[in-house]
Amino acid sequence: LGHGSGGQLMAELLRDVITPALGGSGVLEDAAVVSVGSTQIVFSTDGFVVTPRFFPGGDIGSLAVNGTINDIAMRGADPVALSLAYLLEEGLPVAELRRITTSVAAAAGAAGVPVVTGDTKVVERGGVDGVYVTTTGIGVRAPGVDPSATRCRPGDVVLVSGPIAAHGMAVLSAREDLGFDSGIRSDSRPLHRLVCTMLHTAGAAVHALRDPTRGGVASALNELAEASGVSVELDETALPVARQVAAACEILGVDPLHVANEGCLIAMVAPESADRVLAAMRRRPEGAAACAVGRVGDGPAGRVTVRTLVGSTRVLDMLVGEQLPRIC
Amino acid sequence: MRIEVHGTVQGVGFRPFVYRLATGLGLRGEVHNAGGHVVVRAAGPAVAVDEFLTRLTGEAPGQSAVDRVVVTRESGSPDGSDATRGRFTIRASTDERSGPRELPPDLATCDACLRELFDPADRRFRYPFLNCTGCGPRATIVGDLPYDRARTAMRGFPMCGPCAAEYRDPANRRFHAEPTACPDCGPRLRWSTDRVADALAAAEAVIAAGGLVAVKGIGGYQLVCAADAHETVQRLRTAKHRPRKPFAVMVRDLAVARTLGDVGPHAESALRSTARPIVLVPRHPGAPVAGAVAPGLAELGVFLPYSPLHHLLLTDLDRPLVVTSGNRTDEPIAITDDHADAVLGPFVDGILFHERPIWSRYDDSVVRVVAEHPRVLRRARGHSPAPMPLPASAPAPLLAVGAQLKNTVTLGIGGRAVTGPHLGDLSDVGTLAAFEESIAALSGLHAVTPEVVAHDLHPGYLSTQHARRWWSARDRIGVQHHHAHVAATAAEHGVAGPFLGLAYDGFGLGDDGTLWGGELLLCDYTRYRRLARFATAPLPGGEAAVRGPARMALGYLFGAENRLPDHVTEDHGLLARLGDRQVTLVRRMIEADVNCPRASSAGRLFDAVAALLGLCDEATYEGEAAVLLEAAAARGGPSTPLRWRLGRRAGLWVYDPAPTLVDVITADGPVETVARRFHRTVTEVSVAMVTECARQTGVRTVCLGGGVFQNQLLAGELTTALAGQDLEVHLGALVPVNDGGVSYGQAAVAAATLREG
Ligand SMILES: [Fe+3]
Ligand SMILES: [Mg+2]
Ligand SMILES: [Zn+2]
Ligand SMILES: [Zn+2]
Repeated sequence: LGHGSGGQLMAELLRDVITPALGGSGVLEDAAVVSVGSTQIVFSTDGFVVTPRFFPGGDIGSLAVNGTINDIAMRGADPVALSLAYLLEEGLPVAELRRITTSVAAAAGAAGVPVVTGDTKVVERGGVDGVYVTTTGIGVRAPGVDPSATRCRPGDVVLVSGPIAAHGMAVLSAREDLGFDSGIRSDSRPLHRLVCTMLHTAGAAVHALRDPTRGGVASALNELAEASGVSVELDETALPVARQVAAACEILGVDPLHVANEGCLIAMVAPESADRVLAAMRRRPEGAAACAVGRVGDGPAGRVTVRTLVGSTRVLDMLVGEQLPRIC
Repeated sequence: MRIEVHGTVQGVGFRPFVYRLATGLGLRGEVHNAGGHVVVRAAGPAVAVDEFLTRLTGEAPGQSAVDRVVVTRESGSPDGSDATRGRFTIRASTDERSGPRELPPDLATCDACLRELFDPADRRFRYPFLNCTGCGPRATIVGDLPYDRARTAMRGFPMCGPCAAEYRDPANRRFHAEPTACPDCGPRLRWSTDRVADALAAAEAVIAAGGLVAVKGIGGYQLVCAADAHETVQRLRTAKHRPRKPFAVMVRDLAVARTLGDVGPHAESALRSTARPIVLVPRHPGAPVAGAVAPGLAELGVFLPYSPLHHLLLTDLDRPLVVTSGNRTDEPIAITDDHADAVLGPFVDGILFHERPIWSRYDDSVVRVVAEHPRVLRRARGHSPAPMPLPASAPAPLLAVGAQLKNTVTLGIGGRAVTGPHLGDLSDVGTLAAFEESIAALSGLHAVTPEVVAHDLHPGYLSTQHARRWWSARDRIGVQHHHAHVAATAAEHGVAGPFLGLAYDGFGLGDDGTLWGGELLLCDYTRYRRLARFATAPLPGGEAAVRGPARMALGYLFGAENRLPDHVTEDHGLLARLGDRQVTLVRRMIEADVNCPRASSAGRLFDAVAALLGLCDEATYEGEAAVLLEAAAARGGPSTPLRWRLGRRAGLWVYDPAPTLVDVITADGPVETVARRFHRTVTEVSVAMVTECARQTGVRTVCLGGGVFQNQLLAGELTTALAGQDLEVHLGALVPVNDGGVSYGQAAVAAATLREG
């Protein structure tokens, strides 16, 4: 179970079992780039499992559309089309399937990325939990653009496009009926237009892009730092977290940096272009609250640290399985 | 005759001792340091050689510790060179890499040096860096072995004529005193604000006026102010981000120590030991110390001056001083001048620098008298890196990387374990760097390359992550946290056979993926079997529950393994203090099992009781709630236990604290009495658990481990009670029972595991 929370155990599962079996490089990116003739196709697939299936700010259908669009966008491509596959548990109410599908269509419509093919399978009761959704997408990338997890460089500015930790807290709160004051909504939304703006502004100076989904900003930064062989230092005071989200995190004893997001991105941008990129991001609604939160350094490879409110510097690592306390 | 002497024999005046002994007996030959040991070649009448060998171990200098003497017969001249025939000489070190190397800990200023320090006629009168072969810095200034001036931080200070003459004179106390110095050739003090003539006087004037000064010490910078300057102490707290954790007080001598607290014979011997640790003593009500020094506590950490500079400060100012490590909470102590300037400079009224570099960081050690014996709670300056025995000789050099908090690292080399100084919380980036440096430095000094790494089972400890990152699975040995705790105690005391390990701890990861912390294990060094445990309770919010004993109390109220009756949980002062909203949310978290890992922890039970008694809702330092609970209990006076229940579940004995907690909540009488009765209860249930398991297994040796046994009251009563049941009881003395001892325990387990193959 611990492998699913997007942290270190997942990283090990991928590193030790899945990637080697497929002959992969070991560097994890959100999407792959495949050249067809002179055209660069960006290709990504993602399976979606979420309980509950409907939550404030979204549902499994919109999540599946936005998630794959974002993975394609993180490699600097413009998404072109999606496929959609359902794995349904026998007995799932048809009305619910209809509601999810309507949501898929609406999300695809809003993003301007059509669903062009798909598949539906029904398995016996207990085979899956209600419905699993898999989306696959392709996009096309302009020449000369190559944001990649391996391209972070010391000096790069770490930008985040908006408030963090909302999605994970919204889902958790809805699932467990924790009775938080309402107002915590998932940030699920497509980010490809924001990325387009950023690349248009600074092109190759945008070294890396990542959507910090499972495992949150902490895992995303650890993966980037590891893949690029650099360190990252965050400034806690600069991290955007909505007040209610921060309060909920505090009650639950979770670090907002470890909570999943579905509608914000992290960008590593060359220092001379950072201000311009930031200004461009802020002109778009999904980037209105964008800000600089840290810097890439030349410390030990893969080490991510946070400068705290009181001025100390703590190591920020990936979640290990379920969050197990370490202090004795 | 070739004689190899192994043990703590370098940096302690061993060669001059050999020289004087040999010349006194009319022997010919030579002595030199080689690697980490001393080699003697001696020839002369058989009677004299025999006497030499006897007195070599019998009269060895006080700071040395001879482990092993290897004698081999050699034919011919003891020293190949004719020039030295008929004489006994001290030769320059050879750089033999074979054999174990040993690095002596730092030694407090000796009496002879102290007399010189305050003798106006002496050429070292008031010289803050005097030392001799019997005292002075060692581990903190050594860059490499063998221990010679050229490989120490003193290499930048060429000796003047008189110092060099003393250094070469076998009859002199400073014969081969590697860090020897005098005002003409040695390091000098410097006051931060420019070139004042008398830097010491400038610093003392600031302290006397109620100011705060950073002072470069032996193993790191220290922050110093008058102990009765309430506002300055408060300022220090703000600057260090240390709201309530007690500060230590340095006093001029034992007589002054006795005006502050009750110094019993064990505390006295600890205070006077050459390690000069901070010793916790019961505090006198009228002690002239600001309330902010140790708020709410019945004890005071006291220590004596251990360097000439400290002696000068304490003598000149003639008042107790707060002397605390020069860092912000959880960060490593500053050892370089630049770092001190940058980190401490902004909040102190001045810095007393000096010119002798600190090459290794050593915090002050801390000792508490528990169960009639001084016990090291923080093993650092003066204690580390003296070696300790391993129960099974390590077939290959090994490294044990310790826990997450109170981290230390240990090297296993043959039959010895060398534990580096206390490092602290690895999640601080500076401490993590110090951890990596400590591994490199220890391995380098001892000239070994570890081939195996021992680590905790907790995948989130940064020490475990270090092991996983740099070592292949084949060369890693995972050691369960509490097995390491009790193995440390057993190894220190040379326990050979199987033993019962009673581990009372905050918590550590068990082998079943759940959190443990109140465990009775049947052990040897390679295996263990869980026989008994405390009942579990959820930690609402994980680490948040550790920082918030009030949350932990809610965990027990609403989620204990055996539920508490509603009438006690619905109406309690704690709920009113926390407020409806928080209580409802935490309760919902527990019911929905959201971020509520369960632990069978003894330490968390102490936290919960402290909160239920209104002693501590939020902990500002590790163990604060337990410390306050113990302090309250100490005021309470002996009393009867509360109710408890020991049952069987899934083949284990389980202490169910539900009846105890009901009594804690409903008992009449002062908090102090209830706190005392709770301690008594834990003692009783522990005795029941241990005697039952001893009967069942036939094993009658009990080793206690885990941070909860820093508790004097509990550990004292429990060891007495267990001994009364005819059991052999051990508790860590040189090895901390808290997580500072985990790396040593890991090394003991790993060595035994490797030996078993
Ligand atoms: Fe522990
Ligand atoms: Mg993804
Ligand atoms: Zn001396
Ligand atoms: Zn001199």
